[in-house]
Amino acid sequence: MRDIKIEVKDLSLYYGDKKALKEISMQIPANKVTALIGPSGCGKSTFLRCINRMNDLIPSVKITGEMLVEGVDIYNKDVDVVNIRKKIGMVFQKSNPFPKSIYENIAYGPKINGIKDKAQLNEIVETSLRQAAIWDELKDRLDDSAMGLSGGQQQRLCIARTLAVSPDIILMDEPASALDPISTSKIEELVHELKEQYTIIIVTHNMQQAARTSDYTAFFYLGELIEIGKTNTIFTKPEQKQTEDYITGRFG
Amino acid sequence: MNSPLPSKQIFTKESLKKQFRLSEFLAEKVISFVAFLSIAIIFLIFIFVFKESMPLFSFGKKDKVKTEIQTTSDVKVESYEGAETSTEEIQPETYGAPTEDLNPVTQETQTSEELEPDTYGAPTEDLNPETATGKEVIIDEKATENKEGADRTWSTFFSTEWVPVSDNPRFGLLALLVGTLKVTIIAILIAGPLAILAAVYTSCFASNRRKEIIKPIIEMLAAFPSVVIGFFAMMVLATFFQDIFGYDSRLNAFIGGVAMALAAIPIIYTISEDALSAVPKTFTEASLALGASKAQTAFFVILPAATPGIFAAILLGIGRVFGETMIALMATGNAALLSANPFESVRTFAATIGSEMAETVFGETHYSVLFFIGSLLFIFSFILNAVAEFYVKGKLIKKFQGK
Ligand SMILES: Nc1ncnc2c1ncn2[C@@H]1O[C@H](COP(=O)(O)OP(=O)(O)OP(=O)(O)O)[C@@H](O)[C@H]1O
Ligand SMILES: [Mg+2]
Repeated sequence: MRDIKIEVKDLSLYYGDKKALKEISMQIPANKVTALIGPSGCGKSTFLRCINRMNDLIPSVKITGEMLVEGVDIYNKDVDVVNIRKKIGMVFQKSNPFPKSIYENIAYGPKINGIKDKAQLNEIVETSLRQAAIWDELKDRLDDSAMGLSGGQQQRLCIARTLAVSPDIILMDEPASALDPISTSKIEELVHELKEQYTIIIVTHNMQQAARTSDYTAFFYLGELIEIGKTNTIFTKPEQKQTEDYITGRFG
Repeated sequence: MNSPLPSKQIFTKESLKKQFRLSEFLAEKVISFVAFLSIAIIFLIFIFVFKESMPLFSFGKKDKVKTEIQTTSDVKVESYEGAETSTEEIQPETYGAPTEDLNPVTQETQTSEELEPDTYGAPTEDLNPETATGKEVIIDEKATENKEGADRTWSTFFSTEWVPVSDNPRFGLLALLVGTLKVTIIAILIAGPLAILAAVYTSCFASNRRKEIIKPIIEMLAAFPSVVIGFFAMMVLATFFQDIFGYDSRLNAFIGGVAMALAAIPIIYTISEDALSAVPKTFTEASLALGASKAQTAFFVILPAATPGIFAAILLGIGRVFGETMIALMATGNAALLSANPFESVRTFAATIGSEMAETVFGETHYSVLFFIGSLLFIFSFILNAVAEFYVKGKLIKKFQGK
């Protein structure tokens, strides 16, 4: 792997006494899509949330090890967590639009980053919604409450909201789990387009999706990283027996 | 379609038959009875309070009838009546005078009191003895009406003076209304921001441990007897603020407002805090993940999402201040002065009832007026609660479910 964006060294995470991530070490390449797969409860979301320090919000969490983004340990005391999150955006497993209008949902991020110009905001809103493949559906109802959208629309709105602050790394936690096949393929196309500009890490339960969208795949099991490698390799001839069992569905 | 029923049926009419569950039935009945009882009690209280103020509404009609009879009947009888009532009313005046003296009445009221009677009271006293000419009879009629506190009472409602016990009682609700509003506004202006900021702090910024300390302490203030708050305001706050601002009357609307704010803060705080904590954590996460700071998240996401609840909190705070009696009695100076100056003594609706109820005579106009004020307070708090309830419901539904 040439261009390393994120390097994880011996990262362990505890929820209180419970060790949810066990000495994870891996490298995530820049401008590629890395998929995280593994059975439910294996720590994929937990690991993803470590990358933009969302776990800081949970008081019981304790983290050891290093998370180097472009060589900087983001868990260093001098690092400002707000600046981290401006550059590392996140799309959550459950869609969570704000109880504001559709327009305000997208414009919120740019606004808090100091963009006040109305025309510029309008443009950001439109491009973000277009990128998230939802502009045509919503362009006539930008002032409606986002809470009135369907689950799939809400999720794409959340993706658009993340894109609106133009981060460098995008973390996606099962972004397509609530979407119909058409919007799912739109999201997958989107992911494909976005990797030109962004480094994307995506959690998914859908093996085909992982195979289709990602360049690299990491397999987690019970809080451990079992294997990471080129998606092709992982899906055709994985090194570990557990990986193979999981991918072929012979799990347990 | 034409296949027969399976041999062993699970879903038969027998097994699915409606069952009568006695305990459930009883529990439901008891609960609904209690619920209706509480509604009935509230309703009955209102009916009672309102009933006592009824004479205010019926007097007007009766009086018109009376005056009609009076104009046709002998003039002498009427003048007699007038004389009687006047002697009756003189007594309460001497009675009332000391109570007025007790209040820290400033120069203003005394002069206005002296002026006002000239227009109202003077003619009655002068005219009563001489009832010979027809011209004066008509004036005299009006005087008797006035004395009986009849529909004249209504017109005095809009006068600026509250002099219920005098030769010529004036029930200037306007002065009381302005006084009440002044205290309420001052109290809410102080309590609202303080309580809401405290709520924002505890629900968005404070660590769990601090939250566990701050919340019960502020809520404990709600259990504080208002007489203690009033006492504190009267003895400590009044002197303290007088030293700072240097106003004349020690007890005034401002001190009353500050003391009421102490009573309103826990209510506004508790309800706002609940509203803020009820905002789903996912909004916080979404905002933080976009690179918003804690403060930006609190003020641009969580606070707007909780506005309906905070609005309700403020309304309930207003209701608390509006109905607060003891603090008003102790800290506002209790003089019904009509002025916009916040450092002038005032008298609130609730304090008026509280201080004067014991001195009134059953069935008197003054008595009815006090109950009328009671009804007003009741209706007002009912409206506040209703608005809080329905506004919040409507807004919340719109906010969290779209249109
Ligand atoms: N806030 C929390 N407090 C305590 N334990 C937690 C918390 N969040 C997650 N866990 C535990 O950490 C482990 C990993 O959870 P995580 O959510 O990362 O799983 P996941 O791989 O994302 O699963 P899924 O595919 O179902 O989303 C689980 O055992 C879970 O019970
Ligand atoms: Mg998960």
